[in-house]
Amino acid sequence: MEVLKIATAGSVDDGKSTLIGRILYDTKSLTTDKLEAIEKTSKQRGYDYLDFSLATDGLVAEREQGITIDVAHIYFSTKKKSYIIADTPGHVEYTRNMVTGASTSQASIILIDARKGVIEQTNRHFFINNLLRIKDVVVAINKMDLVDYSEETYNKIKADFSELMSKRDYQDQKITFIPVSALKGDNVVNKTDKMPWYKGQALLEHLEQLDKADIFNVGTPRFPVQYVIRPKTEDFHDFRGYAGKVYGGNLSVGDDIMVLPSKTRSKIKDIFFYDEKYETASRRSSVTITLENDINVSRGDMIVKEGDLPTIDKQFTANVCWMDSENLTVGGKYVVQHGINKVLAKVDKINHKIHPDYSGIDSEATSLGVNDIASVSFKLNKPIFYDQFKNHRTNGSFILIDPQSNNTVGVGFIQ
Amino acid sequence: MNKDTSHINSLENEAIYIMREVAAQFEKPVLLFSGGKDSITLVRLAVKAFYPAKVPFPLMHIDTGHNFPETIEFRDRLCKELGLELIVRNVQDSIDEGKVKEESGRYASRNMLQTTTLLDAIEEFKFDACIGGARRDEEKARAKERIFSVRDDFGQWDEKNQRPELFDMLNGDIEHGQNVRVFPISNWTELDVWSYIERENIEIPSIYFAHKRKVFLRDGMIWSAEDEVVYRDDNEEVIEEMVRFRTVGDMSCTAAVLSDASTISKVVEEIRDSTISERGARIDDKRSEAAMEKRKQQGYF
Repeated sequence: MEVLKIATAGSVDDGKSTLIGRILYDTKSLTTDKLEAIEKTSKQRGYDYLDFSLATDGLVAEREQGITIDVAHIYFSTKKKSYIIADTPGHVEYTRNMVTGASTSQASIILIDARKGVIEQTNRHFFINNLLRIKDVVVAINKMDLVDYSEETYNKIKADFSELMSKRDYQDQKITFIPVSALKGDNVVNKTDKMPWYKGQALLEHLEQLDKADIFNVGTPRFPVQYVIRPKTEDFHDFRGYAGKVYGGNLSVGDDIMVLPSKTRSKIKDIFFYDEKYETASRRSSVTITLENDINVSRGDMIVKEGDLPTIDKQFTANVCWMDSENLTVGGKYVVQHGINKVLAKVDKINHKIHPDYSGIDSEATSLGVNDIASVSFKLNKPIFYDQFKNHRTNGSFILIDPQSNNTVGVGFIQ
Repeated sequence: MNKDTSHINSLENEAIYIMREVAAQFEKPVLLFSGGKDSITLVRLAVKAFYPAKVPFPLMHIDTGHNFPETIEFRDRLCKELGLELIVRNVQDSIDEGKVKEESGRYASRNMLQTTTLLDAIEEFKFDACIGGARRDEEKARAKERIFSVRDDFGQWDEKNQRPELFDMLNGDIEHGQNVRVFPISNWTELDVWSYIERENIEIPSIYFAHKRKVFLRDGMIWSAEDEVVYRDDNEEVIEEMVRFRTVGDMSCTAAVLSDASTISKVVEEIRDSTISERGARIDDKRSEAAMEKRKQQGYF
């Protein structure tokens, strides 16, 4: 049983929550009590259909306004796969939450209202999906029932969207168009007979056959040390283990390694997962590693294979998505959290703002407001060990923390 | 090696990573332990995360005084066997001190009262991170939770202004007086927890398994008639049935389900085929559509 994480993106009223509710309903994932609650509330409100968005919009304010404010995580499974859907708000002011939901997803669904076609929000959703290098994108053209299931409308939206695709940075992204009606259940879980002109699969069918793409692309192993384990007990008197999660590629017993930043060399002696020893630690596993010689390693250090070093530097340039209501300014001081490592940083330069509607760049920007995306150069008070985002998803990304408020105020992708 | 082929392995790796981040980023973490299957799972994950060293934080149980006796007995034994430090704080004490008022009537429950006792205990020990077993699939408002959920001085949850969480990066920076609730099994479903308990062969309290129990029916739900805590009208007839509990909250708001699942694998099978969600058997969530969200804002788990 594999798991597929999917992020959904759409503008207000595109019917995102309804789509997810529909998937849950048609896969029989809604339990009796949840279904009863939906039926009851739909009736109370005088709807003549079941309002599936009630299954996902969990906050009072969301139900009042009928919009999604924050990322909801929804779980369901079929015989083939377990699914986690990050249902993200489409509203422009919640773009940061959309980036959040998309950051851990292998695939995404962008919703378009067939009556409205490609709008500025769509460009933004696509841009973010592309920036985050999501491998599989489904463009679900929804509310087909309201445009008489018209092939012409579908083709026009497809053509408009394809124009966007030609401008994208990450060209290997796979994009699939599917015409659906979430409200009526057309082409969501079950193929409909209302659009005989559409020869492709229903949405769920398509998701079912996606390869579980490893979003943490196989690269080079990076092992940031999270925690040093020193039991100091009778049985483990001299035990000194380095606990962390393996990113990129595998690490094996006997590997020649180097510890950063000291560049001390050693060999991997043992790999523990709980009380068992393993020959190899595969990526994404949380293991404890011991080394052949007794060297000084602490949290924030990184163990890498010898001859396979990341960039070690006190400065870098990155695409930043700004998420705070207070502006990012040149000269501003922030904490960069790169993996588990926190260092102080200063904004050296805003190189240019990038318009996420693909209309170009603005080289004159001196500050960034909420939801702005820009290329920014930083200077750090000590070096970090990074890769480019395009080569290493985890070691090429970081978050920005405002030391005044402690809030996470931005995310960056190292260029 | 625990290859990343199975869904459960990746959830386990994620939870261990989160446990280690808590130990590294906070000065005084605590694991909130209820004796239920989710917190027992957390204990297992914590033990794995720090092996061969001891778990570097204590367990704390906010005891409503209305727990199933089986749960309390299990709690004490588990802590003893694993050499874990256990702190217990009692809702009864909060009532005696006049900080909270006991509810009355047929739906009386101490579930809401736990919040005050919990916040006082956090204050008393100056805990800056509380690890809890909440899962996003349990309930709609919980589906919105972050893994590191920042609470203010009053333990409150500001749902409209949550910190973004990106990739694996967890930001635990807080001001003095704030604390973070941490949910390592956020992404697990009820079935995942059961599958893990089965795979790891983890012992859990006996009330999770089918047993003969004196019960009575109310509002289409099955209530324990063996415990005085549960209010029962004279005209509510006591019958004996084979039942098990899906959650082990406060007895007064935890209903049972008819079941003959006497082993973990039978329970897993039953849940797979079940059509009632887990919290459907928790009466306190049914009080209103927004019940859970309100409790969370006030500082509930």
